[in-house]
Amino acid sequence: MFTSLRKLSLAALMAGLFSASAWAGDLVVNYDGSDPAPKKAFEAVIAKFQEANPDIKVKWNTFDHEGYKTSIRNFLTADPPDVAAWYAANRMAPFVKAGLFEDVSDVWEKEGLNDSMASAAGAMTIDGKKWGVPYTYYQWGVYYRKDIFEKLGIAVPKTWDELLAASAKLKENDITPFAVGTKQTWTTGGWFDYLNLRTNGYEVHRDLTSGKIKYTDPRIQKTFDNWDALLKPGYFLKDHASFTWQDALAPMVQGKAAMYLMGNFAVAPLREAGLTDAQLGFFQFPEITAGVEKAEDAPIDTFHIPAKAKNKDDARKFLAFLASPDTQTMVNKELGQLPINKNAQVGDDVFLKAGFEMLSNTKQLAQFYDRDADAEMAKAGMDGFQEFMIKPERRKEILERLDKVQEKVNAKASN
Amino acid sequence: MNLATPQSQTGFAAWWKQHRFKIIPWLFLAPGLFMFTLYVIWPIFQSIWISFYDWDGLGDPRFIGLANYRELWQDDGFYTSLKNNVIWLVLYMLAVPAGLFIALFLNQTVFGIRLYKSLFFFPFVISQVVVGLVFAWFYDPSNGILALIFHAFGGTPPAILSDENYVTYGIIAAGLWPQIAYCMILYLTGLNNVAPEQIEAARLDGAKGLRMLWHVILPQLRPATFIAIVVTVIGALRSFDLISIMTQGGPYGSSRVLAYYMYETALSEYGYRMGYGATIAVILFLIMMVYISFFLWRMYQQEK
Repeated sequence: MFTSLRKLSLAALMAGLFSASAWAGDLVVNYDGSDPAPKKAFEAVIAKFQEANPDIKVKWNTFDHEGYKTSIRNFLTADPPDVAAWYAANRMAPFVKAGLFEDVSDVWEKEGLNDSMASAAGAMTIDGKKWGVPYTYYQWGVYYRKDIFEKLGIAVPKTWDELLAASAKLKENDITPFAVGTKQTWTTGGWFDYLNLRTNGYEVHRDLTSGKIKYTDPRIQKTFDNWDALLKPGYFLKDHASFTWQDALAPMVQGKAAMYLMGNFAVAPLREAGLTDAQLGFFQFPEITAGVEKAEDAPIDTFHIPAKAKNKDDARKFLAFLASPDTQTMVNKELGQLPINKNAQVGDDVFLKAGFEMLSNTKQLAQFYDRDADAEMAKAGMDGFQEFMIKPERRKEILERLDKVQEKVNAKASN
Repeated sequence: MNLATPQSQTGFAAWWKQHRFKIIPWLFLAPGLFMFTLYVIWPIFQSIWISFYDWDGLGDPRFIGLANYRELWQDDGFYTSLKNNVIWLVLYMLAVPAGLFIALFLNQTVFGIRLYKSLFFFPFVISQVVVGLVFAWFYDPSNGILALIFHAFGGTPPAILSDENYVTYGIIAAGLWPQIAYCMILYLTGLNNVAPEQIEAARLDGAKGLRMLWHVILPQLRPATFIAIVVTVIGALRSFDLISIMTQGGPYGSSRVLAYYMYETALSEYGYRMGYGATIAVILFLIMMVYISFFLWRMYQQEK
């Protein structure tokens, strides 16, 4: 009954989504970037691939970024393309475990990616096999108002104490230290990740997101102590749960807030809103526990071959092409992001260069809380973080609740 | 002689003639019944079936018996949603008396009354999505109208949509705006049908004001009241779009209702627990069943 239900609903869905079904020799690529920059970048990639392989006919579909997250579940089972965009780490685990992605370890072997993309190898590996090829990533860090820092005589904070001192000084001058909008709860995941990575390091992040450490563990408690040190004096934007991350850019642009922990994608809207590079700066999230190796959140976007693809040979060619240094240089210049291949060139932008420099000195890359943790855990976790940011006094109940969810998720994974 | 007797008609034709008045209604009903079975009845049983499974929508479903129900029993999120559903049901009912009040107020003949009536009806015409957006801006704690009003009096505006204590009420207030308009139009139509002779007679007997309303007008408005309550209950139970637009169930799930929670567990970005979502759907169905049964019973009584 389940299969018939699935077929029925999927057939109905698919009929609307795809009118053309592919011939052998055609290469169908599904991509989730419908915004102008990603779309343009991708058009260029396709054109170049077409030039190098005139015998392959590439057909590609762009999807709305959010809608894609639902569509992929349908098209992977019903009418799989030959190549599909997705994300690394635990985010691809459901598809790998359901047998919907193809093992592409051979592409990694043949193209020497184990060496040239070593930094991303871990995030692409499940059960000792590689399940896709990464093409872009971006740094996270603190974007700040240089001019405000200069006016108040604040130096770029390198340690936790300096960060607290800078925040206190900003607050004294009626400037909110940190802009944040938690209406979409994922932004709290960024804060939790950084506080936890700096307090405890990458191993604890990995073990927590894979369910080996409890949320009530004393080490995680320490992370929350540090979070408290920012929450209690009111260093975050007031009423942050009313705002999306885009809404929270406004106080930053107006000079009412001075820092913003975000991914590099925040730079484009900040510039559009009128901030110049003289006003906007970037620094790496400061050290908290001395001696803890600084790990970073650097979410990787990827391409995969669906297990039921019709044209896997050409799909492999396409993945190899995507992994090459030239392609990665080009596509990331257009995207305004960083290439994974270490032989690729980085775009000529201050923030990209800063990010590249930071990440090339980083040994451990995390993917982001909601990509590293199980989906159900991530949802409950980020809801809990949001609640904690509004009601810090409820920490105990929140963490105990998260432990309960974690137990449930662990039990599910083991059977 | 070419007079054909009924007996001379053969097989099918005779049978048809005899039974057509029984069959024809069913033929006309068939398309509707088919759709209703396929899209309403069948999914109900499917949901009940799926609620016994653990299924992510991709792999093979795994039978887990009543485990989903046991989990739901201990799920704080479920109780929050259930509580919010009750709040919705109770407060949404305010739309009925409020609609009646506005209808009575507008039921007069002065110049331009039609314009006023249409203005009052206007919110019902706008899409729920727009209503949600408008109210979200209205509540915006940095530069919404509400914030400006509070600032004008020197107060600090509450962040209605990000405070767990206010958020559900804030969304219900947004929902009441179009719902009151709907009830108003139902009552306006009802007031058109109030018999003038009875009012006349009541007036001769010395009834006026509230007594007139309660003993003479309201009994005549009973059909309108019934429909108003029905649509309001339905509106409260399917209060999904406003929540999705205004808060996405937040902050931390405190504005979820059962319908939204079901959507979130089964179909949202971090969900895809089809079995658990179906379990919530079954519970919601059982709750609605109480109301639907009452409604059907009521209809049946009236038909008799």
